Amino acid sequence: MPEKIYISGIGAISSIGVNVPELLASIRSSRHGIQHIVHLDTSHRGNLPVGEVKLSNEQLAERIQTEKASNFSRTTLLGIVAAREAVAHAGIDIQDGLKTGIISSTSVGGIDKTENFFKKFFADPTSGRLRNITSHDCGDSTENIAVDLGVYHYISTISTACSSSANAIMTGARLIRHKILDRVIVGGTDALTKYTLNGFNALKILDTGHCKPFDQNRNGLNLGEGAAYLVLESEKSLKQRNAEPICYLSGYGNANDAYHQTASSPEGNGAYSAMEIALKQSTFLPGDIDYVNVHGTATYVNDLSEGTAMSKLFSEGMPRFSSTKSFTGHTLAAAGSIEAVISVLSIKNNFIAPNLNFQSSIEGLNMVPVQELQENIEIRNILSNSFGFGGNCSALVISAL
Amino acid sequence: MNVFINGIGNVSPQNTLDNEDFLSDLINHSGESLYSVKPDYKSLIKGVNLRRMSRLLKNGTYSAQQCIEDAGQNELDAIITGTGMGCLADTEKFLANVYNNEEGVVSPTQFIQSTHNAMSGQIAMMLQCKNYNFTYTHRGSSFESALMDGMMLIEEEANHVLVGGLDELTDTYIAITKRMKLWKNEAIPQLDLLQHVGPGSLAGEGAAFFMLSKKPGDKCYANVKGIKMLFRPRSGDIVKKEIEELLQENKLTVDQIDLVVEGVNGDSNVDQTYYDLNESIFSNSNICYYKHLCGEYKTASSFGLWTACQILQKQQVPEVLKLKPFQTDGIKKVLIYNNYNNCNHSILLLEHVTT
Repeated sequence: MPEKIYISGIGAISSIGVNVPELLASIRSSRHGIQHIVHLDTSHRGNLPVGEVKLSNEQLAERIQTEKASNFSRTTLLGIVAAREAVAHAGIDIQDGLKTGIISSTSVGGIDKTENFFKKFFADPTSGRLRNITSHDCGDSTENIAVDLGVYHYISTISTACSSSANAIMTGARLIRHKILDRVIVGGTDALTKYTLNGFNALKILDTGHCKPFDQNRNGLNLGEGAAYLVLESEKSLKQRNAEPICYLSGYGNANDAYHQTASSPEGNGAYSAMEIALKQSTFLPGDIDYVNVHGTATYVNDLSEGTAMSKLFSEGMPRFSSTKSFTGHTLAAAGSIEAVISVLSIKNNFIAPNLNFQSSIEGLNMVPVQELQENIEIRNILSNSFGFGGNCSALVISAL
Repeated sequence: MNVFINGIGNVSPQNTLDNEDFLSDLINHSGESLYSVKPDYKSLIKGVNLRRMSRLLKNGTYSAQQCIEDAGQNELDAIITGTGMGCLADTEKFLANVYNNEEGVVSPTQFIQSTHNAMSGQIAMMLQCKNYNFTYTHRGSSFESALMDGMMLIEEEANHVLVGGLDELTDTYIAITKRMKLWKNEAIPQLDLLQHVGPGSLAGEGAAFFMLSKKPGDKCYANVKGIKMLFRPRSGDIVKKEIEELLQENKLTVDQIDLVVEGVNGDSNVDQTYYDLNESIFSNSNICYYKHLCGEYKTASSFGLWTACQILQKQQVPEVLKLKPFQTDGIKKVLIYNNYNNCNHSILLLEHVTT
């Protein structure tokens, strides 16, 4: 039996709330965060709806009250808010002598500041403030979060596109199993940027209305932004501080589709493998899964491919499922950890979030997601999917104690 | 821990494309930036559309293929890469397109190829490898993070894991980092780097891959016994303590280390940690360095590991690597220490394998 990996704290910021209580309240009242752009400086404002965090950089900096906050990228600011919440929620004292690490993830890093720099630099290579370019790389936000929390034991950053934070969660779990760490703060952070908005727009996979995951007439995704972190702990760490976990991570799987740079294979081979590996490790059977928080981006290709893989894995009965991206938008590197936080909340509070905007099943799949909030139901095991560019496919199984 | 390196690949600013050769034909470029030697891509890369790939992806693909052929192993349980800056050229191109077209219609090609995981994904597609696939991007510990993950996988169930570290130089990157005063002001011959100690180093790039395996292969280079990473250690004493701890875990003392490979880069702001160690725990050690060959970049430590692998397998130390002259009779244990920007430090312990 591999060592049990407990989840003892969660924190999240997204378009549906600046903390976990707000996120929970939004889901319970089916209040989504997809609206027109307010803070991002882009010519797509008014045309492409997004899941934007309803605070400016100045307001975020104000909230965290740290000396250098006015220099931080939006990715760092979001990350610090969510990571602090997770640590406070777990109630861990990072300086208590146990080995604490952080594995964060991001796909855009501090490119929001790079964009400001390049505006001036392209016109004149001797101009542009250098402090706006030093946060470009992905490690920047992680190091800022680590310093803010006082975590020095082991830190790293993962960037596997839209599966990034699911991979951060599994890496954290493995670091505990290898006794490199006693506990680890895991998750991801990504801000909305011109870079990603124009990139996904160039790929023609952005819906100009509110996205419709798993619907026959789905028309693309809504980009979102946010950050979420979980505190993973070993039994040793919980015992030493006499603390109770919320639930545990019973399985994780990582596979590659090896099909196309951006699109998933029609059969969903990578998705199927990731789910199968995660489930096998959890020792649960497909019939034990009470709910699937699907990747469900609402692009034509993803939902068809994911649905096909799920139909194969759950051939003896499809569990309840929904895409919470209809609430938050697709938050890229943060998606896996935001959805893991929602999964932890579902187990703890006995609810299933609805999949908004569903009208008719994808032809040939006949899969119907949960469309209304379901409450007062016991949930033991949740499968959470995250798939990305580069064929990266990951799945997590989160289980009740 | 026993993790065997059974194959290597290296596209670098030196002649490193032939694994049978070990720095016999040195390149001594003068200038602040050292670009990789361009390989004959088509000689190794088959069935892949090279035309649209950036130099980083081409160099990485070539190096990965060189490593796979060297090890004679293309059934992989995992592909893991580390990159400090990711696909810079494509990122810059896409950003420029977005600006020049005022966020109008742009081609998605550069966007697709600019994601940090493009390299690992590309190798997976080329090999049709559907297993574990990961990308780390954490400044000066990007490559080490990938290596440590690979080592954990070998300790778990994996038999063969391909691990690589890669970064690329671009004109824009050089222009910006020059303004940050990261590099030497004057054009100096690269091999004379340590005769010009002062602020700044030489900008470099490269793509080095390693085949990690559970069992030693026919041309095994080294056995990786342990790895440690440090983030902003508050003092040099912490670095010493961690080095000693890693040695203790392997029941070794510093006197039993035959060779130390250091990431000395000629930048007086960074090199002090090395000097302090060289005057204390390494005062009797034989010391090598390599960044005058490949330049400084966030995954330069992968060139350092390549150097140590070649030394251990060929049992020879080219003079150009020696910090001070020394003679050795047999190199069994090698310690690699790297300090990136006084922020990300790494310590690696390698052992010779008799094949």
